[in-house]
Amino acid sequence: MPATPSHVPEPSRTDPALIRNFCIIAHIDHGKSTLADRMLQLTGVVEQRQMRAQYLDRMDIERERGITIKSQAVRLPWAPTHDKGNTHILNMIDTPGHVDFTYEVSRSLAACEGTILLVDAAQGIEAQTLANLYLAMENDLTIIPVLNKIDLPAAQPEKFAEELANLIGCDPGDVLKVSAKTGLGVEALLDKVVEQIPAPVGVKDAPARAMIFDSVYDSYRGVVTYVRVIDGQLNKRERIRMMSTGATHELLEIGTNSPEMLPADGLGVGEVGYLITGVKDVRQSKVGDTVTSQSKGAEEALGGYKDPKPMVFSGLYPLDGSDYPELREALDKLQLNDAALVYEPETSAALGFGFRVGFLGLLHLDVIRERLEREFGLDLIATAPNVVYRVIMEDGTEHTVTNPSEFPEGKIQEVYEPVVRATILAPTEFIGAIMELCQTRRGTLLGMDYLSEDRVEIRYTLPLAEIVFDFFDQLKSKTRGYASLDYEPTGEQSSSLVKVDILLHGDKVDAFSAITHKDQAYAYGVRLVAKLKELIPRQNFEVPVQAAIGSRVIARETIRAIRKDVLAKCYGGDISRKRKLLEKQKEGKKRMKMVGSVEVPQEAFIAVLSSDDSAGSGKGKK
Amino acid sequence: MPSALPDGEPVPADGALPASALAGAADRPLGFYLHVPYCATRCGYCDFNTYTATELRGTGGVLASRDNYAETLTDEIRLARKVLGDDPREVRTVFVGGGTPTLLAAGDLVRMLHAIRDEFGLAADAEITTEANPESVDPAYLATLREGGFNRISFGMQSARQHVLKVLDRTHTPGRPERCVAQARAAGFEHINLDLIYGTPGESDDDWRASLDAALGAGPDHVSAYALIVEEGTQLARRIRRGEIPMTDDDVHADRYLIAEETLSAAGFDWYEVSNWATSEAGRCLHNELYWRGADWWGAGPGAHSHVGGVRWWNVKHPGAYAAALAAGRSPGAGREILSDEDRRVERILLELRLREGVPLSLLREDGLAASRRALSEGLLQEGAYEAGSAVLTLRGRLLADAVVRDLVD
Repeated sequence: MPATPSHVPEPSRTDPALIRNFCIIAHIDHGKSTLADRMLQLTGVVEQRQMRAQYLDRMDIERERGITIKSQAVRLPWAPTHDKGNTHILNMIDTPGHVDFTYEVSRSLAACEGTILLVDAAQGIEAQTLANLYLAMENDLTIIPVLNKIDLPAAQPEKFAEELANLIGCDPGDVLKVSAKTGLGVEALLDKVVEQIPAPVGVKDAPARAMIFDSVYDSYRGVVTYVRVIDGQLNKRERIRMMSTGATHELLEIGTNSPEMLPADGLGVGEVGYLITGVKDVRQSKVGDTVTSQSKGAEEALGGYKDPKPMVFSGLYPLDGSDYPELREALDKLQLNDAALVYEPETSAALGFGFRVGFLGLLHLDVIRERLEREFGLDLIATAPNVVYRVIMEDGTEHTVTNPSEFPEGKIQEVYEPVVRATILAPTEFIGAIMELCQTRRGTLLGMDYLSEDRVEIRYTLPLAEIVFDFFDQLKSKTRGYASLDYEPTGEQSSSLVKVDILLHGDKVDAFSAITHKDQAYAYGVRLVAKLKELIPRQNFEVPVQAAIGSRVIARETIRAIRKDVLAKCYGGDISRKRKLLEKQKEGKKRMKMVGSVEVPQEAFIAVLSSDDSAGSGKGKK
Repeated sequence: MPSALPDGEPVPADGALPASALAGAADRPLGFYLHVPYCATRCGYCDFNTYTATELRGTGGVLASRDNYAETLTDEIRLARKVLGDDPREVRTVFVGGGTPTLLAAGDLVRMLHAIRDEFGLAADAEITTEANPESVDPAYLATLREGGFNRISFGMQSARQHVLKVLDRTHTPGRPERCVAQARAAGFEHINLDLIYGTPGESDDDWRASLDAALGAGPDHVSAYALIVEEGTQLARRIRRGEIPMTDDDVHADRYLIAEETLSAAGFDWYEVSNWATSEAGRCLHNELYWRGADWWGAGPGAHSHVGGVRWWNVKHPGAYAAALAAGRSPGAGREILSDEDRRVERILLELRLREGVPLSLLREDGLAASRRALSEGLLQEGAYEAGSAVLTLRGRLLADAVVRDLVD
């Protein structure tokens, strides 16, 4: 049974020498949440009977997908086994585990002095973990390598200890072996945290500077801001200032999480906790920003602040046009808790009124769409995700294109698209398949390293648009699910890009316009045209389906006119049935979208558009 | 599995109709449909309410058997008399269908007809039809029917090709229906129909032409030609789903329909309903026209549908349950719907548009009228008739009748 240690230092009066700030870097499913749960138990913060599996993951969607999106920090008292009288404060900062949230991860790492690198002993390190590990190494964090799930029959602790040792340059014998599930080795790990991770260092008497590493909207409390104090002290009821905007707020409450919120007098150097100011919108409390006191505040903000920048856009439309106000309201609500979510109204001739929504990446898109559908009960059509293009015209004017249908006509000098540095980890047998895939996706090989005899790290520069388009699924299928992927934006490149339009009976369908590389335009056109031919029911007249670049048609199919639409028999017993069928068909007709004179079932839009965003589903999952 | 009944409200135990149903009844013709729910075997494409067992037991042990079926049905005819009360109308048409009516003894069919005659009286020129299976009639059987008052007979010929009949599970041999027509003529039947089915998997254009030629060669005065409908739940639907036989394309159905129209009109037949052709006005099936023109008919027998003055109702499907209800003195009605004025307007459009006389434009609302003008310009409606105030389908329009209806009812 865990015992709560005696003489637990209180917030605002904790000697920095007793503080250890750390996070856990792990791939989804490698057991981070289970390990966190075990630590909560062992330190007595959460009693066994209150224990709920994966205590820290709040949202249902996260729980279902086994992913953590919003990070939190928990203050854990721990008296080391060899020094029972000397209770330390361990602040465990939970990091988001996904590629879309690299910036949030970097801020969580910046709040720590050390990290636990947690790797499944049966699977080895994955690309996203590796990327975050590199990030931690760049931040000079002390790294404690840990293999989890050593109780599994499939565990290969020796092999993967070797791999970890190679990566971080330690001895394989230094790699701790635990089972978060059974608790085996977790106490030793807590001791190791105290022993190896440096205590925070800051200037006690300087003006307060605290870094925001997370900010969460709570419908009862307003925005809860999570900070790590670097210098000075923040005290309850003082007025504070956000240094990026200069906005000031009254500090209504300050405290720590154990794991529920617990008010305190203040937070001192090296401490981690939360602030409540009564603001209602997380955009007023931005991750990476510096909080200082209003009076005699700091002059200089901490480094590293960035505004979140949407990388992927998609049009979201309610299936039922009358749900548009509900969609707006739902987006407004989600934005309260998601500073990276941006949107503006948009009208599509084919889909009606909706919004062009910007996301950090595909998982972000997926999560938002799922929340809109599940929490707000909306039925949505989402257009295929696209990236942001910068188009320079011959006359020198510049356009930023977030919607393919707004790609400018006329003489274009240059088109720039975002590129990413992608890291792929996979067994060596798949090198050929991966290189082939990256080559067809316009990739440039940056380098390749062997992590161990049979595992390799491959680095490519790839256009983000190629990743957005079905890349992850392709990668998974070509490597039988063994490859993992991580990417980070690195800039932009000039490319030969064209807009492909789809025309039905001569009318452009804006929702199907796409920007592709000119070498891929033909294949895209042929594929979409064939698919539409299959999905659009025959009309009373012949309907040509065309793909075109400007006025040049590159693919064409014809939906033949329907010749027969009549029930053969209609006798006494058929009449009620027939009338009811007619009523049903009339309902179905109402759900048709008119594109010019062609009736297109909504199912056709959904089928065409969803096939393209399948890259999003499963993203981030193993 | 026989096809499902619609949803509706319950029918009162005594079968009573609302007063509105009987108002103005004298101006509408009255017909009877008698359903015989027995077959020797079930055909793979059939979703009608029919059973191959000869004895079916209902609740309380009431036996519905083929042998006492005429008596059971007579009970419902007597119930009809009670429900219609002092309705003075004589019966204009009687149509015995199934199932396979000719699985019953000819005398049974005659007894059922006489029950109607005794309760209601038959009009002097009443049309009395039975469906017949070519395998289950002979000259003596036909003579009995004719003497008993039947004057029209409809044979299920379906196809002249053995391989097509096999896919349909029809047991008769090619040539048999044609001989039946001759026998029926000899027995004195004035009107003879042959039912044909086109678009069966495996049937070619030439097979279809051969069937039409064979039918015409037999000399009926009426031909019904139906595109094969693959109904959910039939053996045929399962075989198609399993990929054992291919589904016929709608375009092939359209081609076959055009072949039918061409062949039949060359032989002196005129269409008067989408799937029905006759050599003369007198050759039309008056009973079916009751259905299409919103007249009154009483459908007796398990699963039979009725319509009187804007009330549609239908009987329980199982012969055992049917017999049990009648034995207990209750109406066998399983459900009914009372049509609103708008329901009746929609039904008139969807039924009358299938007829050669078409739909009066006065029945259409503004949107429907606009749609009718579009249909006219697309060549789906006849110009002459339109100018005279009716929406009448062209040949191409007949093939797209349901699409036109969907627009016209707006």
